[in-house]
Amino acid sequence: MFNRGKKRMLAVVLSTALSGAAQAKTDLTMYYPVAVGGSLTHVVDSIIADFEKQNPDIDVKAIYAGNYNDARVKALAALQSGQPAQLSVMFSIDVHELMDLDAIIPFDEVATSDEDKTWLNSFYPALMKNGQVKGKTWGIPFQRSTIVMYYNKDMFRAAGLDADHAPKNWDELVDMGKKLTKKDASGQVTQWGAMIPSTGYPYWMFGALTKQNSQVLMNQAGTETYFDKPAVIEALSFWKSLGSEHKIMPEGTIQWGTLRQNFLEQKTAIMWHSTGNLTAVKKSANFDFGVAMLPANKELGSPTGGGNFYLFKKSTPEERQAALKLVKFMTAPEQAAKWSIETGYMGVSPAAYNTDALQRYVKTFPPAAIARDQLEYATAELATHQAGRVRKLLDDAIQATLTNQKSAEDALKHAQQQAERVLKRFE
Amino acid sequence: MKLNMPRHQQIYAWLLLFPALALLAAFTHIPMIKTLWRSFTSSGMQNNTGFTLDNYRYLLEDDVFWQVLSNSLWYAAVTVPVSMILALAMALWVNGKIRGRSALRLAYFTPTILPMITVANIWLFFYTPEIGLFNNILGWFGHSGYNWLGDPDLSLFSLMLMTIWKEAGFFMIFYLAALQGISRDFYQAAAIEGSSRWTTLRRITLPLLMPTTLFVLINAFLNAFKLVDHLFILTKGGPNNATNLLLYYIYENAFSFFDAAYASVLTVVLLSILVVLAVFQFGVIERRVHYR
Repeated sequence: MFNRGKKRMLAVVLSTALSGAAQAKTDLTMYYPVAVGGSLTHVVDSIIADFEKQNPDIDVKAIYAGNYNDARVKALAALQSGQPAQLSVMFSIDVHELMDLDAIIPFDEVATSDEDKTWLNSFYPALMKNGQVKGKTWGIPFQRSTIVMYYNKDMFRAAGLDADHAPKNWDELVDMGKKLTKKDASGQVTQWGAMIPSTGYPYWMFGALTKQNSQVLMNQAGTETYFDKPAVIEALSFWKSLGSEHKIMPEGTIQWGTLRQNFLEQKTAIMWHSTGNLTAVKKSANFDFGVAMLPANKELGSPTGGGNFYLFKKSTPEERQAALKLVKFMTAPEQAAKWSIETGYMGVSPAAYNTDALQRYVKTFPPAAIARDQLEYATAELATHQAGRVRKLLDDAIQATLTNQKSAEDALKHAQQQAERVLKRFE
Repeated sequence: MKLNMPRHQQIYAWLLLFPALALLAAFTHIPMIKTLWRSFTSSGMQNNTGFTLDNYRYLLEDDVFWQVLSNSLWYAAVTVPVSMILALAMALWVNGKIRGRSALRLAYFTPTILPMITVANIWLFFYTPEIGLFNNILGWFGHSGYNWLGDPDLSLFSLMLMTIWKEAGFFMIFYLAALQGISRDFYQAAAIEGSSRWTTLRRITLPLLMPTTLFVLINAFLNAFKLVDHLFILTKGGPNNATNLLLYYIYENAFSFFDAAYASVLTVVLLSILVVLAVFQFGVIERRVHYR
């Protein structure tokens, strides 16, 4: 590593020394987050190295910047202090705020040729929903996920259920959950039917329940929320009833951070979690597990999640073209396939799933395709102006309901009122 | 007061003070003044939007702020005295002539060595309802256990418990050092006078420990407001703000909500609390502290 750094420094020194004679190089700086553990930085490094080999006139500095929040803070801080940054991977739902800060430009301004336009349309439409605002494309999908249902097949068999039939709808979830919930002699639960995490990203999990109830949480422009719609209140009541009424899930909140361990130690038969956990579960589960789409009520559904590429405004035309080239390279089918296999994130385009590599992988490990199949029913993740504040309003409402502090209706009506107040100046 | 120092010595003194002063000014005083200025003149991420009281008006209407403030005060009011009393008790205990004294001292000090983030990650699994240590222990006694972090009535208490565990060992070290600095003569004199152990503790040990107590008290209060690393791991301020503390709320506003203006207002509140505490501690309590 150190050696490589030295070599690179030498190369930089040499190239600056020779640059009078040789053509000028374009330097790009890119920030990116990793939300699921550190080793992914190697994958990014190797993709970048391949890119530089193919494009000797472009130098890329890819900077790992922590989680999504950190990456956004670091990239914006760099821009404000005059440091160069031409592109970054950031949370797909940051789009409205990045636009409000006047920090990014739409890809349509840079990708102007016919070939470019075809490329813009080559991604799964569901993954573009969080990136398209006001008829323009501001974010290109890179590390993207959905929520899937992991279930313990051994427990299904022990409870006399068909191990290849995961619950397909809410009623089945409750019925099967009851059969899967076990108590000991003193009446204490030793095994829960299902767990849906309600810390960390409650609004994300809730987005799945509302989509399944045929209601989105906000408009595409990010200026309105629909927290107090009857279908939303019904979805939250259903979530709460799993614990309070049906007793197939613990009451109170369930920790995002320890849920995977609960599943691996067989304390719950079913968990809802990000596809990003797939590889980790695959490596550690010492029982037979399955992965399925989330159950439907009125329809199937899950929000998408994860990070998009953005182009920053503070850049020269040459830098923008170079940045576009890099984004195209990193989202090309072969790279997307490689990325998906090594991380568990989705291949971002249908073409990625048509590559030999990914087809072979899906054949040996079918759960890897569930996230893709579910994309057809996916909706955008909650994204509005003032996204952080609005998200927290909904998170608080969900937690207040699940912990019995408020009824679903009161909590959501309050959240809607507050959200309307926050969003008033963006209408 | 006029200093009778030759001119070249005064310059020398200023030169010695300069590095620290420059650093303090650059990273403490100027940012403080800027924060105060911003809290009155900005809105969201935009600066210099003209003088406004809107940010402060929002503060008064913000239910979450009031809850966060009360959480923070409770958090300090409980963790500071409890960890100090524990620290003193532990120090007296390991200062005595007992077997395995060094091992015991090390054991009490261990939590301090660990970074808060690590501690939080460990305790996260202690607190987890189904697989956690605490509920397993309760399970032996036939108790069904608690949802430590997920129950709003319990979660702040759970955070306090962890903080006390983490902080008490640190404060113990100060008390231990102070105890060893007390001359044996006092105790011998007390023994000759036939003083009881309780009287010795109350009339000799505790008064002589007062300077340390003041120091620890100040640090404990500062830490209670400054240390929020564990929130990122354990609860993120939830459920429904039950464990949200002032500094974490400032972080949320500045970096999740992009609302630098409101974050400035909250910072001003935090600074005011700390200033009041400092004035109280140095102005009122210090007068009653006996320095040798």
